[in-house]
Amino acid sequence: MLTIRQAELDSLRRHGEETYPHECCGVMLGRMEGDGRVVEAVVRAGNTRVDSPQNRYNIDPRELVRIQRQSRERGLDIVGFYHSHPDCAAQWSQTDLAEAHWIGCSYVITRVDQGRAAVTNSFALEGPSEEDKRFADEQIQVLAAEAAD
Amino acid sequence: MKILIPTPLRQYAAKKDTVDAPGKTVGEALSSLTSQYSDLRRHLYTDDGKLRAFVNVYLNDEDIRYLQKENTPVQDGDTLSIVPSIAGGCCCCQFLAVGS
Repeated sequence: MLTIRQAELDSLRRHGEETYPHECCGVMLGRMEGDGRVVEAVVRAGNTRVDSPQNRYNIDPRELVRIQRQSRERGLDIVGFYHSHPDCAAQWSQTDLAEAHWIGCSYVITRVDQGRAAVTNSFALEGPSEEDKRFADEQIQVLAAEAAD
Repeated sequence: MKILIPTPLRQYAAKKDTVDAPGKTVGEALSSLTSQYSDLRRHLYTDDGKLRAFVNVYLNDEDIRYLQKENTPVQDGDTLSIVPSIAGGCCCCQFLAVGS
């Protein structure tokens, strides 16, 4: 299960609307809780795939290093990533799976139809190794804005 | 030196987010890391002993690929970050292009 406040969910969905018709991408910070993840903050990232931004994204590792450092300063971990699919289903693709390497983290995908965020789904990357990884559908539990941590 | 362990690899490093690993080079520090936590090796390296393509290693803020790779010398106070790649994308546009 992915637990996230409404404000953070709205933020990552809005990011996809702003970058439409290109894919947006970003990082979710928080903590691991049991088999799930709790999101405390979302951090926007740049999409380096300027050659094909309408259907590809890539986060510069240098930016990830910076985000990771900042998350540690805040006492948080990287618990997942988000990106958008412009006019495409909010389902992971073979490309999404091939390029996913953060086993144990959540991958959130938002379908953005004609510039408006539609459905958002989350998938947990599971498996004992890179060779046996798989995405598992994951429930998103949305907390109201005033919910306590 | 200090090696920062990313979330997906902590289960193979006794759940630590940071490991102290001595060495004069990046390669020596990584070797020290995998000596301490042998399960990490198969997740970081291919069967022929090369760092996996999606494993990015940064010495402070520099990708070691653009330094001297695993021969890059390190100093006290340096930090090594292991950062798996993050990328992806939908396939719809490809299928549409093929069909049009």
